[in-house]
Amino acid sequence: MRTVCIVGVGMSKWGEVWRMSLRDLHTQAALNAVKAAGVDHLDSMYVGCMSSGLFVGQEHLASVLTDYMGMRGLAATRVESACASGGLAVRSAFIEIASGMSDIVMASGVEKMTDVDGDEATYALATAADQEYEVFHGATFPGLYAMMAVAHMEKYGTTRDMLSTVAVKNHNNGSMNPDAQYPFKISMEQVANSVMIADPLHILDCSPITDGAAAVILASEDVAKKLGKPYIKILGTGTGTDTIQLAQREDMTTIKAATIAAGKALDMAGKKIDDIQFAEVHDCFTIAEIMVVESIGKYVPGKAGEAFLAGESALDGAFPINSSGGLKSKGHPVGATGVAQMVEVYKQLTGQAEKGRQIPGAPKLAMTQNMGGSGGSSVVHVLEVA
Amino acid sequence: MTMFSSRNWREYPHRYRTEASKFKKSGKTYIPKRLIDPETGDTEQETVRLPETGKVLTYTIIRIAPSQWGDNAPYALAIVEMTDGTRLMAQMTDVAMEDVKVGMEIRLEFRRIQNEGSHGVISYGYKAVPKWF
Repeated sequence: MRTVCIVGVGMSKWGEVWRMSLRDLHTQAALNAVKAAGVDHLDSMYVGCMSSGLFVGQEHLASVLTDYMGMRGLAATRVESACASGGLAVRSAFIEIASGMSDIVMASGVEKMTDVDGDEATYALATAADQEYEVFHGATFPGLYAMMAVAHMEKYGTTRDMLSTVAVKNHNNGSMNPDAQYPFKISMEQVANSVMIADPLHILDCSPITDGAAAVILASEDVAKKLGKPYIKILGTGTGTDTIQLAQREDMTTIKAATIAAGKALDMAGKKIDDIQFAEVHDCFTIAEIMVVESIGKYVPGKAGEAFLAGESALDGAFPINSSGGLKSKGHPVGATGVAQMVEVYKQLTGQAEKGRQIPGAPKLAMTQNMGGSGGSSVVHVLEVA
Repeated sequence: MTMFSSRNWREYPHRYRTEASKFKKSGKTYIPKRLIDPETGDTEQETVRLPETGKVLTYTIIRIAPSQWGDNAPYALAIVEMTDGTRLMAQMTDVAMEDVKVGMEIRLEFRRIQNEGSHGVISYGYKAVPKWF
């Protein structure tokens, strides 16, 4: 297998972007990435999008997007695995280059979520859960993660403060990210006193509804060297699945798909979890960040919360998590999230993160963890600066 | 979204009668029925009905609900384990929100679940109530 590199990244505007359509958001991110990489063509592209059909009524998406990018004729594939669609698009592009079939491939992600009202957005997102045996009974996404939180609290004594500290830390990081949807700081009290959505999760435990796109250009190392710009290498990729029905899981306090994906990605990279110096993980809800870092083996189950309260996950901590602001502060346009994690890691590893947000000590090795639904799928990548 | 009635009646055996798959090799039971035991790959199974009682493993109170549940919110939603070990998700009813607890004993009862839009079918199924007898 050939070495695969990320040679350029691009983002669209993120937030409630009323003036831009799905296709315009995607075009903006894609062309930013192409320009940053300095490539003169693409061999193909993979776009992650969870539900353009339900959010804007548009399927057959890959062809629409190549047309609006000014690249009619380009080989293009849409990839879907709920909120892990973006990570899976990166993995698909990786495989095409690693196999030797292509040299330059774009992996992108997009979601346009504010063309429908809150009710329809909730419906569209809930299609990532089991329609007949979860949603039928009144489950929502905050509700599913709330049930995981209650189980985690019962088993390990996880506290309100442990959940709140995730949101506070991610908003602090996001306050220094110009791409973030909510670039402001919040306090522990604000989280605990915000409106309850599904007990014990408050609105400030939840990631927002976001319009946005992200794109990265992947290339073989030969191409990366010729381009003559800073690049990073994808050392390992892993993906795993689990039942999407929470009730059918043996243990509701862990995310098995993330354990499988991280194990595979680390094995492929020839690294151990303790070699990883920082991570972007899928904090769709505060409890998710705690469960994910335990599931990927970084913390013993039940111990992540204490470590977070001690500041280990902060920018200057022993293991910085979500320096971008995470899904919580940066926003969560579901199909774009997994790709945006790559954008952040690229910036951090090449020393291009914005002022105040750069992780100290010039870290060399990072992990991204992207997740679908309540943990029915997960995609993990291990990345190293070249 | 309005569902075609076939999508609804196809589920009657599970929702009305709690019919489940009990696999020969593992002895494990799953609801709804499935063709293959996800853990052993076994296809030999018999159809059983779930026991009526069980206990709450985890729960939440849904306060912000999709529109078809708007009139019901807040409502309690739980994952329960029946006495034979089978797990399922169900709404809790006939109970005050503050009384729902992990470990509480429940009984499944036949209830109306939702109306699917103004022209959709009325869907029935099981809800969990506190076990008091």
